[in-house]
Amino acid sequence: MRRLALITAFCGASFALGEGQAQELSSSEVERGRYLTQAGDCKACHTDIENDGIPFAGGRALMTPFGTIYSSNLTPDDETGLGRWTREDFYNALNEGIDDEGRHLYPAMPYPYFTLMTRQQTDAIFAYLQSLEPVQVEEQENDLPFPLNIRMSVSGWKLLFFDDEEFVINPDRSEEWNRGRFLVDGPLHCGACHSGKNLLGASKDDEYLRGGTLQNWFAPNIRGGENGGIAHWDEDDIFEFLKYGRAEHTAPMQRMGEVVAISTQFLQEEDLRAVATYLKSLDDTSREPEEAPETARLEAGEGIYFDNCAACHATDASGVPYFFAPLGTSNKLHAKDPSTVIRIILGGARAQPTETVPSMLAMPPFAWKLTDTQIADLLTFLRNTGDRRSGAVSAEAVAEMREYLAEEY
Amino acid sequence: MTNHLPKVDVVLVGFGWTGAIYAEKLTAAGMEVLALERGPWRDTPKDFATTFAQDELRYYWRHGMFQETSQSTVTFRNNGAQTALPMRHWGSFLPGNGVGGSGVHWNGQTYRFLPSDFVAKSHNAERYGPLPEDMTIQDYGVTYEELEPHFDYFEKICGICGTAGNLRGDIQKGGNPFEGPRSDEYPNPPMEMTFSQDRFEAAAREMGLNPFPVPSANMSRAYVNPLGLQLAPCTYCGFCEKYGCGNYAKSSPQTTIIPVLMQRPNFTLRTDSEVLSVEKSADGTRATGVTYVDTSGERFFQPAEVVVLCAYPLENTRLMLLSEIGTPYDPQTGEGVVGKNYCYQVMSGATVFFDEEYTNGFVGAGALGMAVDEYNGDNFDHSGLGFIGGGYIACYTTNARPIESHPVPDGVPGWGSEWKQSVRANFLKTTTVGVHGASMAHRSNYLDLDPTYTDRHGRPLLRMTYDFTLNDRRLTAHITPVAEEIARGMGGREVNVAERKGSYDSMPYQTTHNTGGTIMGNDPQTSVCNRYCQSWDLHNLFVAGAGLFPQNAGYNPTGTVAALAYWTVAAIIDQYMADPGSLVQA
Repeated sequence: MRRLALITAFCGASFALGEGQAQELSSSEVERGRYLTQAGDCKACHTDIENDGIPFAGGRALMTPFGTIYSSNLTPDDETGLGRWTREDFYNALNEGIDDEGRHLYPAMPYPYFTLMTRQQTDAIFAYLQSLEPVQVEEQENDLPFPLNIRMSVSGWKLLFFDDEEFVINPDRSEEWNRGRFLVDGPLHCGACHSGKNLLGASKDDEYLRGGTLQNWFAPNIRGGENGGIAHWDEDDIFEFLKYGRAEHTAPMQRMGEVVAISTQFLQEEDLRAVATYLKSLDDTSREPEEAPETARLEAGEGIYFDNCAACHATDASGVPYFFAPLGTSNKLHAKDPSTVIRIILGGARAQPTETVPSMLAMPPFAWKLTDTQIADLLTFLRNTGDRRSGAVSAEAVAEMREYLAEEY
Repeated sequence: MTNHLPKVDVVLVGFGWTGAIYAEKLTAAGMEVLALERGPWRDTPKDFATTFAQDELRYYWRHGMFQETSQSTVTFRNNGAQTALPMRHWGSFLPGNGVGGSGVHWNGQTYRFLPSDFVAKSHNAERYGPLPEDMTIQDYGVTYEELEPHFDYFEKICGICGTAGNLRGDIQKGGNPFEGPRSDEYPNPPMEMTFSQDRFEAAAREMGLNPFPVPSANMSRAYVNPLGLQLAPCTYCGFCEKYGCGNYAKSSPQTTIIPVLMQRPNFTLRTDSEVLSVEKSADGTRATGVTYVDTSGERFFQPAEVVVLCAYPLENTRLMLLSEIGTPYDPQTGEGVVGKNYCYQVMSGATVFFDEEYTNGFVGAGALGMAVDEYNGDNFDHSGLGFIGGGYIACYTTNARPIESHPVPDGVPGWGSEWKQSVRANFLKTTTVGVHGASMAHRSNYLDLDPTYTDRHGRPLLRMTYDFTLNDRRLTAHITPVAEEIARGMGGREVNVAERKGSYDSMPYQTTHNTGGTIMGNDPQTSVCNRYCQSWDLHNLFVAGAGLFPQNAGYNPTGTVAALAYWTVAAIIDQYMADPGSLVQA
């Protein structure tokens, strides 16, 4: 069987596909591990970012639909971290979702994706994590309801949804495409947010990268082929979005902003281009047009748009490329689930500054200025401009989100 | 009790345009830089988002962006025979406060001073003979040619929009033919002009003048600057001066420099930290750091290898006087330097009222305008005129903000139904042709510490002694009629002329171009700083800002202020750090 192998370039690791086992080139295992750790965005969950926590020392509260899980300490501290772990333990965690004492890990940890990584790769990540300064932390109890607070319940979940997969190269596709698929489905774990979930929190195969709802964000459809959510993006757009944090169509914000800030901006160009190639190959089924909303709502929405939005997004909603999102084609605006746009209008959003584009751009919040009905009419108007019929948005949906934001923030 | 803090390489007093420029260059060179800002943090989304930026009550009437006079102000008098009184409400000028300083709420008119402006004394004396004894003007000690690369860089940082008039010595059509040679074109094309500028341009051409688009820091298109920072196209909403731009369309420290600094580990900003004084070593040859106070009243001593004064010119002068650095200027003897050569500008203009045509002044931007430069600096022969210097004449459409702006013709009462009727009839049908006149330094115009009034920390306020000079009056009397002639050529129903006569009045708004007090030059007997903006007294103290100008030119100062900052910071990095000491031997 052809297997994925990782080779490294002289001045920084990147992914490549090749025959046989992984080969060591000039840079060290630790350096490859650092790169893989960046690709996996491990730091994001395993650092208490909200409270300026120490990198990789864990403690970040991860809100799942089932309760709050606190991330673990990845530093090599003997008592509270991975100090006593072996390479084998670590491989089992990433590959099978089992910790050093044989307990099942909650699938908030994306091992259903990391399982695609080879032993050489998990060893490299482990080597990098073991090179960090050990930090002793106070462990926090997860806040999960019965029966989920019993880790054994995870084993049932795994039986249903977890395949201990290896990455299989598709010989009909280019090396770049295969590399892209490995990255998307493996370390980058894009589907963890961008694929629809079933009621038990597992990714549904038929909703693969067609968008998913997580913590009241809708992570949009990122299929780039025909009818896909980013069908209008080209490979350069995807590359620029991930590398520079700015693309013609939009910028990463909030959760995706974190991914770009911590992970993708530091990845090698060829890896990001491989991701773009792969995403551009994913066609989608065409969407049935929704019912046209009432004219009165469209007219009200148009007026609200002109008064509140046109100064930045332009009177024809064409925006300013790389700056203020063009709205006509936005996959967030036209998504089946409008959660993200409702949320952005209510609470505002910050475009992620990166090393290449450090500008601190933001959309201001409108919660104090517009009523639920006004926001609903505005979105209904925007989702039904031109020949798009993406469906109406109800004032109730806006009210629910407003309530959620008031409670959570 | 004063807390002693760990030493940094450079401490910057004030964090507006010049503070941001210094910090960016010095941190890029690897130095540990700390900026102390008296006011609060300010950024676009939080402090002037599009959803509320255009709030006239808050920003125009209540001075939301400015230094609060209850915390610190200046006292004013026209001459030494009067008793100065504190300004309890700003009027003629509006000092900024907070991160970004006045760079947040400026209009964005970004000129370069003329080559002859930097050598005003020697140039004019050579051309017209000895200058009046009371006119205490002098050369900068630095030339336009030396500053040119720094002008160019600042224009690229800001994405200035304009048309070159002199590209490496070749006069360019459509630009200002009088400007000094530029090494490069402006990074962006000029803004779209409106009806008023079109009429101004036609009238000026008719008179044989060379109108050109005002160099603008309001963006004509989206732009990414050399630091990777993004500016958006201007929407011509007309809320620039006194306002932060919610659309990222005006160059400011916030849009063009600060985001890069906030990513640099060797940069620290402390807001709400007011510097009380610069401390000196026992032998009086070096600055050891600064003392500042936070909002809790706690005092800190911040040691530093280098201290840079980046506050507003009036505050820089006051800090030097309070810290007893350099000899205070004495108008009786003409000796001493700190506080010397305070200058302002002489503004006048003509308003045109149209009957049929709409000027639609609400479609505006701070630097949206056309100008002519035939009457600026020494671009014309002053023989027999009895004054030197000049000013540009421009037709701007900066705004028609309804609380602030409702021009009515002369003779209309200031209130009541007749006034309302006239506002209604004229609101969309007026424009102004303005003269932006230079101010030459005079022996009797200066800054010192007030003997009576103090701030909330008990420190004396700065006292301003200023009146228009004979040179100012002759200058404005000569150039205002030219503006009137252009205005009359624009085809309106009537033209009202606003001359600048009588004594300087500190209350009606004129311009926030206060200069001098910490002037630069070639002689320690007549200047505070040498040609590298370095204190003659303390070699590790540098000064930024328009306080360096030995006299004021007929332009908006920001371009020249920024060029001087880049010039100085280059000297610090390239020369001073290798061999700390005075960069000029007196």
